[in-house]
Amino acid sequence: MSDTADRVQKIVVEHLGVEGDKVTQEASFIDDLGADSLDIVELVMAFEEEFGVEIPDDAAEKISTVGDATKYIEEHKG
Amino acid sequence: MRRVVVTGLGLVTPLGGDVETSWKNLIAGESGAGPITRFDPEGQKATIACEVKGKDHPWGFDPDKRVDHKVQRQVDPFIVYGIDAAGQALEDAGLTEMTDAEKERTGCSIGAGIGGLPGIEIESVNLHERGPGRVSPHFVHGRLINLVTGQVQIKYGFMGPNHAVVTACSTGAHSIGDAARMIAMDDADVMLAGGAESTVNPLGIAGFAQARALNTSYNDRPTEASRPYDKDREGFVMGEGAGVVVLEEYERAKARGATIYAEVTGYGLSGDAYHVTAPHPEGKGAELAMRMALKKAGLGPGDIDYVNAHGTSTMADTIELAAVKRVLGDDLSGASMSSTKSAIGHLLGGAGAVEAVFCILTMRDGVVPPTLNLHNPDDGTEGIDLVPLKAKKREVRAVLNNSFGFGGTNASLIMQKVD
Repeated sequence: MSDTADRVQKIVVEHLGVEGDKVTQEASFIDDLGADSLDIVELVMAFEEEFGVEIPDDAAEKISTVGDATKYIEEHKG
Repeated sequence: MRRVVVTGLGLVTPLGGDVETSWKNLIAGESGAGPITRFDPEGQKATIACEVKGKDHPWGFDPDKRVDHKVQRQVDPFIVYGIDAAGQALEDAGLTEMTDAEKERTGCSIGAGIGGLPGIEIESVNLHERGPGRVSPHFVHGRLINLVTGQVQIKYGFMGPNHAVVTACSTGAHSIGDAARMIAMDDADVMLAGGAESTVNPLGIAGFAQARALNTSYNDRPTEASRPYDKDREGFVMGEGAGVVVLEEYERAKARGATIYAEVTGYGLSGDAYHVTAPHPEGKGAELAMRMALKKAGLGPGDIDYVNAHGTSTMADTIELAAVKRVLGDDLSGASMSSTKSAIGHLLGGAGAVEAVFCILTMRDGVVPPTLNLHNPDDGTEGIDLVPLKAKKREVRAVLNNSFGFGGTNASLIMQKVD
Protein backbone atom coordinates (compact mmCIF):
# COMPACT_ATOMS: atom_id res chain seq x y z
CA MET A 1 0.00 0.00 0.00
CA SER A 2 1.31 3.46 -0.88
CA ASP A 3 1.97 5.97 1.85
CA THR A 4 -1.05 8.01 0.71
CA ALA A 5 -3.35 4.99 0.70
CA ASP A 6 -2.13 4.04 4.15
CA ARG A 7 -2.84 7.48 5.60
CA VAL A 8 -6.24 7.66 3.88
CA GLN A 9 -7.16 4.31 5.40
CA LYS A 10 -6.18 5.50 8.88
CA ILE A 11 -8.34 8.61 8.59
CA VAL A 12 -11.33 6.59 7.37
CA VAL A 13 -10.97 4.08 10.21
CA GLU A 14 -10.77 6.86 12.79
CA HIS A 15 -13.71 8.86 11.44
CA LEU A 16 -16.12 6.06 10.61
CA GLY A 17 -15.17 3.62 13.34
CA VAL A 18 -14.88 0.70 10.88
CA GLU A 19 -12.42 -2.20 10.79
CA GLY A 20 -9.24 -1.45 8.85
CA ASP A 21 -9.55 -4.49 6.58
CA LYS A 22 -12.91 -3.22 5.28
CA VAL A 23 -11.29 -0.01 4.06
CA THR A 24 -10.11 -1.34 0.69
CA GLN A 25 -9.43 0.95 -2.26
CA GLU A 26 -12.65 -0.36 -3.88
CA ALA A 27 -14.83 0.27 -0.79
CA SER A 28 -17.64 2.79 -1.26
CA PHE A 29 -17.95 5.23 1.62
CA ILE A 30 -21.74 5.09 1.60
CA ASP A 31 -22.50 1.54 0.43
CA ASP A 32 -19.71 -0.37 2.15
CA LEU A 33 -18.56 1.78 5.09
CA GLY A 34 -21.86 3.16 6.41
CA ALA A 35 -21.04 6.83 5.82
CA ASP A 36 -23.66 9.47 5.07
CA SER A 37 -23.18 12.61 2.99
CA LEU A 38 -22.09 14.66 6.01
CA ASP A 39 -19.52 12.04 6.95
CA ILE A 40 -18.02 12.47 3.49
CA VAL A 41 -17.85 16.25 3.95
CA GLU A 42 -15.99 15.63 7.21
CA LEU A 43 -13.66 13.07 5.61
CA VAL A 44 -12.82 15.45 2.79
CA MET A 45 -11.96 18.12 5.39
CA ALA A 46 -9.70 15.62 7.15
CA PHE A 47 -7.96 14.68 3.89
CA GLU A 48 -7.39 18.36 3.11
CA GLU A 49 -5.84 18.83 6.50
CA GLU A 50 -3.67 15.71 6.41
CA PHE A 51 -2.31 16.18 2.90
CA GLY A 52 -2.39 19.98 2.56
CA VAL A 53 -4.53 19.75 -0.58
CA GLU A 54 -7.67 21.64 -1.43
CA ILE A 55 -10.56 19.47 -2.60
CA PRO A 56 -13.21 21.76 -4.12
CA ASP A 57 -16.89 20.84 -3.76
CA ASP A 58 -17.28 19.68 -7.38
CA ALA A 59 -14.31 17.33 -7.00
CA ALA A 60 -15.51 16.14 -3.57
CA GLU A 61 -18.85 15.18 -5.06
CA LYS A 62 -17.10 12.75 -7.43
CA ILE A 63 -15.32 10.94 -4.58
CA SER A 64 -17.37 7.87 -3.74
CA THR A 65 -14.73 5.21 -2.98
CA VAL A 66 -11.58 5.13 -0.89
CA GLY A 67 -9.65 4.71 -4.17
CA ASP A 68 -11.24 7.88 -5.62
CA ALA A 69 -9.96 9.83 -2.64
CA THR A 70 -6.47 8.30 -2.77
CA LYS A 71 -6.20 8.99 -6.50
CA TYR A 72 -7.33 12.60 -6.18
CA ILE A 73 -4.88 13.27 -3.36
CA GLU A 74 -1.93 11.65 -5.18
CA GLU A 75 -2.65 13.75 -8.27
CA HIS A 76 -3.02 17.03 -6.38
CA LYS A 77 -0.75 16.97 -3.35
CA GLY A 78 2.22 19.28 -3.50
CA MET B 1 -56.34 9.51 33.40
CA ARG B 2 -54.06 6.52 32.89
CA ARG B 3 -51.61 5.71 35.69
CA VAL B 4 -47.88 6.06 34.98
CA VAL B 5 -45.12 4.00 36.61
CA VAL B 6 -41.33 3.83 36.47
CA THR B 7 -39.97 0.50 35.20
CA GLY B 8 -36.36 1.28 34.26
CA LEU B 9 -33.47 3.43 35.51
CA GLY B 10 -30.28 4.75 33.94
CA LEU B 11 -27.52 6.97 35.34
CA VAL B 12 -24.20 8.47 34.35
CA THR B 13 -22.92 10.55 37.26
CA PRO B 14 -19.69 11.79 38.85
CA LEU B 15 -20.11 8.86 41.28
CA GLY B 16 -20.51 6.14 38.65
CA GLY B 17 -21.11 5.15 35.06
CA ASP B 18 -24.24 3.21 36.02
CA VAL B 19 -27.09 3.18 38.55
CA GLU B 20 -25.75 0.80 41.18
CA THR B 21 -22.21 2.24 41.31
CA SER B 22 -23.56 5.79 41.61
CA TRP B 23 -26.02 4.77 44.32
CA LYS B 24 -23.52 2.71 46.33
CA ASN B 25 -21.07 5.63 46.37
CA LEU B 26 -23.80 8.14 47.21
CA ILE B 27 -24.94 6.11 50.21
CA ALA B 28 -21.33 5.59 51.30
CA GLY B 29 -20.93 9.37 51.50
CA GLU B 30 -18.42 9.64 48.66
CA SER B 31 -17.93 12.93 46.85
CA GLY B 32 -17.59 13.21 43.07
CA ALA B 33 -15.73 16.52 43.30
CA GLY B 34 -12.11 17.12 42.36
CA PRO B 35 -9.82 19.44 40.44
CA ILE B 36 -10.94 19.99 36.84
CA THR B 37 -9.14 17.58 34.50
CA ARG B 38 -11.14 18.18 31.31
CA PHE B 39 -9.16 21.32 30.52
CA ASP B 40 -6.49 23.45 32.17
CA PRO B 41 -8.46 25.65 34.58
CA GLU B 42 -5.55 28.04 35.13
CA GLY B 43 -6.95 31.56 35.46
CA GLN B 44 -10.52 30.42 36.20
CA LYS B 45 -12.15 31.55 39.43
CA ALA B 46 -13.46 28.00 39.96
CA THR B 47 -10.96 25.21 39.30
CA ILE B 48 -13.00 22.28 40.64
CA ALA B 49 -15.97 20.28 39.37
CA CYS B 50 -17.78 16.99 39.77
CA GLU B 51 -16.66 15.34 36.54
CA VAL B 52 -17.84 12.01 35.16
CA LYS B 53 -14.78 9.80 35.53
CA GLY B 54 -13.01 8.03 32.66
CA LYS B 55 -13.34 4.30 32.09
CA ASP B 56 -10.06 3.52 33.89
CA HIS B 57 -11.43 4.89 37.16
CA PRO B 58 -13.25 2.39 39.44
CA TRP B 59 -16.37 4.60 39.20
CA GLY B 60 -15.72 5.40 35.58
CA PHE B 61 -17.99 5.66 32.57
CA ASP B 62 -17.23 3.65 29.43
CA PRO B 63 -18.86 5.35 26.43
CA ASP B 64 -18.02 2.40 24.16
CA LYS B 65 -20.62 0.21 25.88
CA ARG B 66 -23.67 1.77 24.25
CA VAL B 67 -22.63 4.63 21.98
CA ASP B 68 -21.24 4.09 18.47
CA HIS B 69 -17.71 5.31 17.88
CA LYS B 70 -18.88 7.53 15.03
CA VAL B 71 -21.59 9.16 17.15
CA GLN B 72 -19.10 9.78 19.97
CA ARG B 73 -16.87 11.71 17.57
CA GLN B 74 -19.71 13.84 16.24
CA VAL B 75 -21.63 14.91 19.34
CA ASP B 76 -21.09 16.77 22.59
CA PRO B 77 -20.55 14.76 25.80
CA PHE B 78 -24.06 15.45 27.13
CA ILE B 79 -25.51 13.51 24.20
CA VAL B 80 -23.17 10.56 24.83
CA TYR B 81 -24.19 10.50 28.51
CA GLY B 82 -27.87 10.73 27.57
CA ILE B 83 -27.75 7.92 25.01
CA ASP B 84 -26.00 5.65 27.51
CA ALA B 85 -28.36 6.43 30.39
CA ALA B 86 -31.35 5.80 28.09
CA GLY B 87 -29.85 2.47 27.04
CA GLN B 88 -29.31 1.46 30.67
CA ALA B 89 -32.93 2.33 31.50
CA LEU B 90 -34.28 0.34 28.56
CA GLU B 91 -32.16 -2.68 29.46
CA ASP B 92 -33.25 -2.42 33.10
CA ALA B 93 -36.90 -2.31 32.00
CA GLY B 94 -36.41 -5.32 29.72
CA LEU B 95 -37.60 -3.32 26.73
CA THR B 96 -34.72 -3.58 24.27
CA GLU B 97 -36.83 -5.82 22.04
CA MET B 98 -40.16 -4.32 21.00
CA THR B 99 -42.57 -4.88 18.12
CA ASP B 100 -43.02 -2.17 15.49
CA ALA B 101 -46.45 -1.38 16.95
CA GLU B 102 -44.92 -0.92 20.41
CA LYS B 103 -42.16 1.29 19.00
CA GLU B 104 -44.79 3.56 17.48
CA ARG B 105 -46.16 4.04 20.99
CA THR B 106 -42.75 4.66 22.57
CA GLY B 107 -41.23 8.14 22.76
CA CYS B 108 -38.51 10.20 24.41
CA SER B 109 -38.46 13.33 26.51
CA ILE B 110 -34.79 13.82 27.33
CA GLY B 111 -33.71 17.44 27.63
CA ALA B 112 -30.77 19.57 28.68
CA GLY B 113 -30.47 22.98 30.26
CA ILE B 114 -27.69 24.34 28.09
CA GLY B 115 -26.73 21.64 25.59
CA GLY B 116 -23.54 21.51 23.58
CA LEU B 117 -21.63 24.44 25.02
CA PRO B 118 -18.19 22.72 24.81
CA GLY B 119 -18.65 22.08 21.08
CA ILE B 120 -19.97 25.60 20.49
CA GLU B 121 -16.87 26.98 22.19
CA ILE B 122 -14.47 24.79 20.21
CA GLU B 123 -16.08 25.44 16.84
CA SER B 124 -16.35 29.15 17.51
CA VAL B 125 -12.59 29.33 18.05
CA ASN B 126 -12.15 27.15 14.98
CA LEU B 127 -14.29 29.52 12.89
CA HIS B 128 -12.34 32.59 13.96
CA GLU B 129 -8.90 31.03 13.65
CA ARG B 130 -9.31 28.89 10.53
CA GLY B 131 -12.41 30.10 8.72
CA PRO B 132 -15.96 28.89 8.00
CA GLY B 133 -14.76 26.06 5.75
CA ARG B 134 -13.20 24.31 8.74
CA VAL B 135 -16.36 24.18 10.86
CA SER B 136 -17.49 20.57 11.36
CA PRO B 137 -20.46 19.46 9.23
CA HIS B 138 -21.71 17.79 12.42
CA PHE B 139 -21.50 21.01 14.42
CA VAL B 140 -25.21 21.83 14.59
CA HIS B 141 -26.82 18.43 15.15
CA GLY B 142 -24.00 17.42 17.47
CA ARG B 143 -24.84 20.25 19.88
CA LEU B 144 -28.65 20.58 19.77
CA ILE B 145 -30.48 19.86 23.00
CA ASN B 146 -33.14 17.64 21.39
CA LEU B 147 -30.48 15.37 19.92
CA VAL B 148 -30.35 13.04 22.91
CA THR B 149 -33.96 12.25 22.17
CA GLY B 150 -33.21 12.24 18.43
CA GLN B 151 -30.24 9.87 18.71
CA VAL B 152 -32.05 7.51 21.09
CA GLN B 153 -35.13 7.27 18.87
CA ILE B 154 -32.99 6.60 15.80
CA LYS B 155 -30.91 3.99 17.64
CA TYR B 156 -33.91 2.05 18.92
CA GLY B 157 -36.50 2.84 16.23
CA PHE B 158 -38.94 4.64 18.51
CA MET B 159 -41.58 6.63 16.62
CA GLY B 160 -43.64 8.06 19.47
CA PRO B 161 -43.39 11.61 20.90
CA ASN B 162 -39.97 13.15 20.18
CA HIS B 163 -39.70 15.84 22.83
CA ALA B 164 -36.98 17.77 24.68
CA VAL B 165 -37.48 20.20 27.53
CA VAL B 166 -35.20 23.24 27.98
CA THR B 167 -35.90 24.83 31.36
CA ALA B 168 -32.42 25.32 32.78
CA CYS B 169 -32.00 23.43 36.06
CA SER B 170 -35.64 22.32 36.13
CA THR B 171 -35.23 20.42 32.83
CA GLY B 172 -34.90 16.91 34.29
CA ALA B 173 -38.00 17.22 36.47
CA HIS B 174 -40.08 18.86 33.73
CA SER B 175 -38.96 16.16 31.29
CA ILE B 176 -40.27 13.39 33.54
CA GLY B 177 -43.45 15.29 34.44
CA ASP B 178 -44.26 16.14 30.82
CA ALA B 179 -43.56 12.59 29.66
CA ALA B 180 -45.77 11.15 32.42
CA ARG B 181 -48.59 13.37 31.17
CA MET B 182 -48.06 12.18 27.60
CA ILE B 183 -48.67 8.63 28.81
CA ALA B 184 -51.57 9.68 31.03
CA MET B 185 -53.13 11.49 28.05
CA ASP B 186 -52.64 8.41 25.82
CA ASP B 187 -50.07 9.98 23.47
CA ALA B 188 -47.71 7.09 24.20
CA ASP B 189 -47.49 3.89 26.27
CA VAL B 190 -43.78 4.07 27.07
CA MET B 191 -41.55 7.15 27.43
CA LEU B 192 -37.84 7.48 28.11
CA ALA B 193 -37.63 10.63 30.20
CA GLY B 194 -34.80 12.55 31.78
CA GLY B 195 -32.02 15.05 31.31
CA ALA B 196 -28.35 15.27 30.43
CA GLU B 197 -25.69 17.94 30.76
CA SER B 198 -21.99 18.52 30.33
CA THR B 199 -20.64 22.04 30.54
CA VAL B 200 -17.34 21.42 32.28
CA ASN B 201 -15.57 23.56 29.67
CA PRO B 202 -13.79 26.92 29.95
CA LEU B 203 -16.78 28.96 28.78
CA GLY B 204 -19.25 27.10 31.00
CA ILE B 205 -17.16 27.42 34.14
CA ALA B 206 -16.29 31.07 33.44
CA GLY B 207 -19.91 31.95 32.65
CA PHE B 208 -21.36 30.50 35.84
CA ALA B 209 -18.51 31.95 37.90
CA GLN B 210 -19.14 35.40 36.42
CA ALA B 211 -22.84 35.01 37.29
CA ARG B 212 -21.61 34.54 40.89
CA ALA B 213 -23.29 31.14 41.02
CA LEU B 214 -20.23 28.87 41.37
CA ASN B 215 -18.23 28.08 44.46
CA THR B 216 -14.85 29.80 44.11
CA SER B 217 -13.32 29.69 47.60
CA TYR B 218 -12.89 25.92 48.13
CA ASN B 219 -10.63 25.25 45.14
CA ASP B 220 -8.07 23.67 47.46
CA ARG B 221 -10.71 21.49 49.17
CA PRO B 222 -12.92 20.24 46.32
CA THR B 223 -14.83 17.57 48.27
CA GLU B 224 -15.87 20.16 50.88
CA ALA B 225 -17.10 22.75 48.39
CA SER B 226 -20.69 21.60 47.91
CA ARG B 227 -22.30 22.09 51.35
CA PRO B 228 -26.02 22.76 51.10
CA TYR B 229 -27.62 24.38 54.20
CA ASP B 230 -24.21 24.86 55.82
CA LYS B 231 -23.41 28.36 57.07
CA ASP B 232 -20.18 28.34 55.07
CA ARG B 233 -21.74 27.44 51.72
CA GLU B 234 -20.65 29.69 48.92
CA GLY B 235 -22.02 28.61 45.55
CA PHE B 236 -22.60 25.41 43.63
CA VAL B 237 -20.05 22.98 42.19
CA MET B 238 -20.47 22.17 38.51
CA GLY B 239 -21.50 18.57 37.87
CA GLU B 240 -22.19 16.62 34.69
CA GLY B 241 -23.93 13.44 33.63
CA ALA B 242 -27.38 12.14 32.79
CA GLY B 243 -30.40 10.45 34.32
CA VAL B 244 -33.12 8.67 32.35
CA VAL B 245 -36.13 6.66 33.52
CA VAL B 246 -38.50 4.42 31.61
CA LEU B 247 -42.06 5.54 32.24
CA GLU B 248 -44.78 3.08 31.34
CA GLU B 249 -48.53 2.92 31.47
CA TYR B 250 -49.41 0.98 34.64
CA GLU B 251 -51.65 -1.75 33.19
CA ARG B 252 -49.15 -2.50 30.45
CA ALA B 253 -46.28 -2.72 32.94
CA LYS B 254 -48.30 -4.99 35.22
CA ALA B 255 -49.41 -7.24 32.36
CA ARG B 256 -45.85 -7.92 31.22
CA GLY B 257 -44.66 -8.53 34.78
CA ALA B 258 -42.25 -5.58 34.81
CA THR B 259 -40.44 -4.46 37.95
CA ILE B 260 -42.43 -1.42 39.05
CA TYR B 261 -40.16 0.94 40.98
CA ALA B 262 -42.66 3.72 41.64
CA GLU B 263 -45.67 5.59 40.38
CA VAL B 264 -45.46 9.21 39.25
CA THR B 265 -48.44 10.64 41.10
CA GLY B 266 -47.79 14.37 41.37
CA TYR B 267 -46.32 17.06 39.14
CA GLY B 268 -46.39 20.78 39.81
CA LEU B 269 -45.06 23.62 37.66
CA SER B 270 -44.79 27.34 38.26
CA GLY B 271 -42.86 30.52 37.51
CA ASP B 272 -41.33 33.01 39.92
CA ALA B 273 -42.04 36.14 37.83
CA TYR B 274 -39.22 37.81 39.74
CA HIS B 275 -35.59 37.71 38.50
CA VAL B 276 -33.49 35.93 35.85
CA THR B 277 -31.10 34.23 38.28
CA ALA B 278 -32.25 34.91 41.86
CA PRO B 279 -35.20 33.00 43.27
CA HIS B 280 -38.16 34.89 44.69
CA PRO B 281 -36.97 35.85 48.21
CA GLU B 282 -40.02 34.21 49.78
CA GLY B 283 -39.91 31.17 47.51
CA LYS B 284 -43.45 31.78 46.32
CA GLY B 285 -42.94 30.03 42.99
CA ALA B 286 -41.38 27.00 44.67
CA GLU B 287 -44.30 26.83 47.07
CA LEU B 288 -46.83 26.95 44.23
CA ALA B 289 -45.10 24.07 42.42
CA MET B 290 -44.99 21.90 45.56
CA ARG B 291 -48.61 22.60 46.43
CA MET B 292 -49.73 21.72 42.91
CA ALA B 293 -47.79 18.45 42.99
CA LEU B 294 -49.30 17.47 46.36
CA LYS B 295 -52.79 18.28 45.14
CA LYS B 296 -52.32 16.22 41.97
CA ALA B 297 -51.06 13.31 44.06
CA GLY B 298 -53.96 13.67 46.48
CA LEU B 299 -51.49 13.73 49.38
CA GLY B 300 -51.31 15.82 52.54
CA PRO B 301 -48.18 17.27 54.17
CA GLY B 302 -47.72 14.27 56.49
CA ASP B 303 -47.63 11.81 53.59
CA ILE B 304 -44.20 12.82 52.25
CA ASP B 305 -41.33 10.79 53.72
CA TYR B 306 -38.40 12.24 51.81
CA VAL B 307 -37.71 15.52 50.05
CA ASN B 308 -34.83 15.57 47.58
CA ALA B 309 -34.12 19.29 47.70
CA HIS B 310 -32.98 21.46 44.86
CA GLY B 311 -30.38 22.58 47.47
CA THR B 312 -27.54 23.81 45.27
CA SER B 313 -25.28 25.04 48.11
CA THR B 314 -26.12 28.68 47.41
CA MET B 315 -27.98 31.32 49.39
CA ALA B 316 -31.17 30.00 47.77
CA ASP B 317 -31.09 26.84 49.95
CA THR B 318 -32.79 28.53 52.88
CA ILE B 319 -35.40 30.14 50.61
CA GLU B 320 -36.36 26.68 49.38
CA LEU B 321 -36.36 25.34 52.94
CA ALA B 322 -38.71 28.10 54.09
CA ALA B 323 -41.08 27.24 51.24
CA VAL B 324 -40.94 23.51 52.07
CA LYS B 325 -41.77 24.36 55.71
CA ARG B 326 -44.82 26.34 54.65
CA VAL B 327 -46.03 23.42 52.54
CA LEU B 328 -45.15 20.45 54.76
CA GLY B 329 -45.09 22.09 58.20
CA ASP B 330 -42.31 23.59 60.33
CA ASP B 331 -40.88 20.18 61.22
CA LEU B 332 -41.65 18.87 57.68
CA SER B 333 -44.18 16.54 59.40
CA GLY B 334 -41.64 13.78 59.79
CA ALA B 335 -40.09 13.98 56.33
CA SER B 336 -36.32 13.78 55.89
CA MET B 337 -34.82 16.24 53.42
CA SER B 338 -31.37 16.11 51.83
CA SER B 339 -29.46 17.52 48.91
CA THR B 340 -27.57 14.97 46.83
CA LYS B 341 -25.88 17.88 45.06
CA SER B 342 -23.54 17.80 48.06
CA ALA B 343 -22.04 14.65 46.50
CA ILE B 344 -22.47 15.00 42.74
CA GLY B 345 -22.55 18.78 42.28
CA HIS B 346 -25.16 20.48 40.16
CA LEU B 347 -25.96 18.65 36.92
CA LEU B 348 -28.08 21.60 35.68
CA GLY B 349 -30.51 20.10 33.12
CA GLY B 350 -29.61 16.60 34.27
CA ALA B 351 -30.12 17.32 37.97
CA GLY B 352 -33.85 16.70 38.32
CA ALA B 353 -33.69 13.39 36.48
CA VAL B 354 -30.67 12.04 38.34
CA GLU B 355 -32.29 13.06 41.61
CA ALA B 356 -35.55 11.36 40.59
CA VAL B 357 -33.58 8.12 40.18
CA PHE B 358 -32.01 8.65 43.62
CA CYS B 359 -35.51 9.20 45.06
CA ILE B 360 -36.70 5.92 43.57
CA LEU B 361 -33.70 4.05 45.00
CA THR B 362 -34.39 5.66 48.37
CA MET B 363 -37.83 4.03 48.30
CA ARG B 364 -36.47 0.73 46.97
CA ASP B 365 -33.78 0.33 49.63
CA GLY B 366 -35.22 2.30 52.56
CA VAL B 367 -32.07 4.43 52.78
CA VAL B 368 -32.01 8.23 52.59
CA PRO B 369 -28.85 9.71 51.02
CA PRO B 370 -26.93 12.26 53.10
CA THR B 371 -26.25 15.97 52.79
CA LEU B 372 -22.45 16.00 52.82
CA ASN B 373 -20.39 18.73 54.51
CA LEU B 374 -23.30 19.92 56.65
CA HIS B 375 -21.32 20.72 59.81
CA ASN B 376 -22.86 24.06 60.79
CA PRO B 377 -26.50 24.15 59.73
CA ASP B 378 -27.74 27.63 58.82
CA ASP B 379 -30.37 29.50 60.80
CA GLY B 380 -33.86 28.23 60.15
CA THR B 381 -32.85 24.57 59.88
CA GLU B 382 -33.48 23.78 63.55
CA GLY B 383 -35.57 20.68 64.16
CA ILE B 384 -35.38 19.54 60.53
CA ASP B 385 -33.81 16.25 59.50
CA LEU B 386 -31.40 17.32 56.75
CA VAL B 387 -29.61 13.94 56.95
CA PRO B 388 -26.20 15.48 57.68
CA LEU B 389 -23.02 13.65 56.65
CA LYS B 390 -24.31 10.06 56.82
CA ALA B 391 -27.04 8.11 55.02
CA LYS B 392 -29.95 7.05 57.16
CA LYS B 393 -32.17 3.99 57.11
CA ARG B 394 -35.89 4.68 57.12
CA GLU B 395 -38.93 3.52 55.25
CA VAL B 396 -39.82 5.86 52.40
CA ARG B 397 -43.13 5.47 50.58
CA ALA B 398 -43.58 8.91 49.03
CA VAL B 399 -40.95 11.36 47.76
CA LEU B 400 -41.01 14.99 46.71
CA ASN B 401 -38.31 16.09 44.27
CA ASN B 402 -37.76 19.83 43.72
CA SER B 403 -36.00 21.52 40.82
CA PHE B 404 -35.71 25.24 40.20
CA GLY B 405 -33.95 27.07 37.37
CA PHE B 406 -32.71 30.36 35.97
CA GLY B 407 -35.56 32.30 34.45
CA GLY B 408 -37.66 31.57 37.52
CA THR B 409 -38.82 28.10 36.45
CA ASN B 410 -39.96 25.59 39.11
CA ALA B 411 -40.93 21.92 38.95
CA SER B 412 -41.89 19.47 41.71
CA LEU B 413 -42.40 15.76 41.22
CA ILE B 414 -44.02 13.31 43.61
CA MET B 415 -43.41 9.60 43.26
CA GLN B 416 -44.81 6.82 45.42
CA LYS B 417 -44.27 3.13 46.04
CA VAL B 418 -46.78 0.85 44.36
CA ASP B 419 -48.10 -2.06 46.40
